[in-house]
Amino acid sequence: MDSVIQTIQGIPLNHYLIFCSVIFSIGVIGVLIRRNVIIIMMCVELMLNSVNLLLAAFSAYRGDASGQVFVFFVMALAAAEVAVGLAIVIMVYRNTKSVDIESLSKLRW
Amino acid sequence: MGAIITLSLLGILVLYLGLYKAKNALLPVTLVGLVVAIGFEIAAWDKGATPVYHGMVVFDNLALSFSILCIVITGLILLLSKEYFRAISSNVAEYYTLMLFSLTGALLVSSYHNFAMLFVGIEVMSVTLYILVGIRKSDFNSNEAALKYFLMGAFSTGFLLFGITLLYGATGTFDITGVKAYVIDNPHTISPLFYGGILLLLVGLCFKIGAAPFHFWTPDVYDGAPILITSYMSTVVKVASFAGFLRLFSYVFVPLHDYWTPVLLTIVVITLFMGNISALMQTSFKRMLAYSSIAHAGYMLFAIVAIGADSASGIFTYSIAYSLASVIAFGGLILVKRAHGSDQFIAFNELGKTNPLLAITITIAMLSLAGIPLTAGFIGKFMMFNTVMQDYQITLLVLAAINAAIGVFYYLRVVVHMYFKSADEGAIEVSMPLNFKIVLIIATVVTLLIGLYPDCILGIL
Repeated sequence: MDSVIQTIQGIPLNHYLIFCSVIFSIGVIGVLIRRNVIIIMMCVELMLNSVNLLLAAFSAYRGDASGQVFVFFVMALAAAEVAVGLAIVIMVYRNTKSVDIESLSKLRW
Repeated sequence: MGAIITLSLLGILVLYLGLYKAKNALLPVTLVGLVVAIGFEIAAWDKGATPVYHGMVVFDNLALSFSILCIVITGLILLLSKEYFRAISSNVAEYYTLMLFSLTGALLVSSYHNFAMLFVGIEVMSVTLYILVGIRKSDFNSNEAALKYFLMGAFSTGFLLFGITLLYGATGTFDITGVKAYVIDNPHTISPLFYGGILLLLVGLCFKIGAAPFHFWTPDVYDGAPILITSYMSTVVKVASFAGFLRLFSYVFVPLHDYWTPVLLTIVVITLFMGNISALMQTSFKRMLAYSSIAHAGYMLFAIVAIGADSASGIFTYSIAYSLASVIAFGGLILVKRAHGSDQFIAFNELGKTNPLLAITITIAMLSLAGIPLTAGFIGKFMMFNTVMQDYQITLLVLAAINAAIGVFYYLRVVVHMYFKSADEGAIEVSMPLNFKIVLIIATVVTLLIGLYPDCILGIL
């Protein structure tokens, strides 16, 4: 365990921060510009996983376990969320035969 | 804590009742459970505000009062649900269970003392709602609303989490007392991560309460969801999110007031104008209520912009007024839609003649939402404007007054339709079952009582 933490600490914290911010931004941009629901969900996962990575890095740097515990919370709830989300996508697919969000623009003001 | 445990167990119990086909027992058991939960909350009143479970949750009077409000409103909505759910699907138990779980999440959001619990609470509250919004499986609008709500909810959760992570990176703790101690101990050397964290948390929470410019999902989702679920979303979820918002900003971020006030001020102004002007242009009552809920989020944010000793009591009063009026409005809409098959304003024509009782309750709800004196809505608005006035935010006050005037216009449009417009195809009788009568009358009476004797509410917090 110590060697893992030392390996993590071998890389400066800023690098983790920039790396995770970039992944997070890719996720955000993906959600905003992609039209396929499945890919949008993958982008959301990307956002959540960049958060997990950053939490683990902070946690290792501070020698504080609570950050890693939080990662488990995030993973568990993200799994629950995706389960519901995929069920919704299947429901939509049954009715529209499409997973393109453009096919869902009936409610517009 | 007793209330949260009671509600979680109650949800499971209701599922079992559904499994053993005890359909008639569902509503009574749920209501008894809610009463027990309220009992636990009242028993914990004024017992001191020490965090329990290793600092995870705290049951101070702020948490308890908002929790009780959420439970009561859920109770009223469930009373309206007696025949409503049966018309949608044969598996009624799931609705009650999901709503109870969502309520559990709402209680957690209003009583968190650790960011982990804020996150868990928001997720429990939202994930169950994704299902409830899409519960009409073959209805296209319901599908679309569920998908949009899910995508936007998951997206905003990402922001919320990134914000929490940055705060953790700066402070090394998830405990809000710890975060607060960090802010106070290092007034001049606060890490840039912390500022980024505040902004991202703000974005995440604004998504949840539906404040502009993060409101675009609200009208579609509120429009597409079944009416009862819409009423639940626009009352309980909003109230709980505001309790969470208030705790975060009034307890943790107050010392950095100068930093986030301009951001929040911009959000408030955009929210007010977006909500009110869009609401003006609607022809559907349900969609008008969706936009008006955005505008009300703007008013409630006033108390956070001008955060002070009165903020909690102001938001609480406003939440009560807004929730009660929304329950009446959505309840009335269910009855009108059942009779006419439409949720347009035109469907309300001649309601004043065909069902005077319903018309008068809807009128009082509209007056309360518009903030006319002698109703609870006026007291709420007065509290909000008062907090801003003490902070000398004159520009905001003027803008808010303009918006209140716009609000009066579109709320009274419904009243005009009910009393002064004649229906084209002859009046259709709108029937009013007993449970609707009870709920609407209780909500109306409480609205008027708070309007006449505001002291009974203002003294609580």
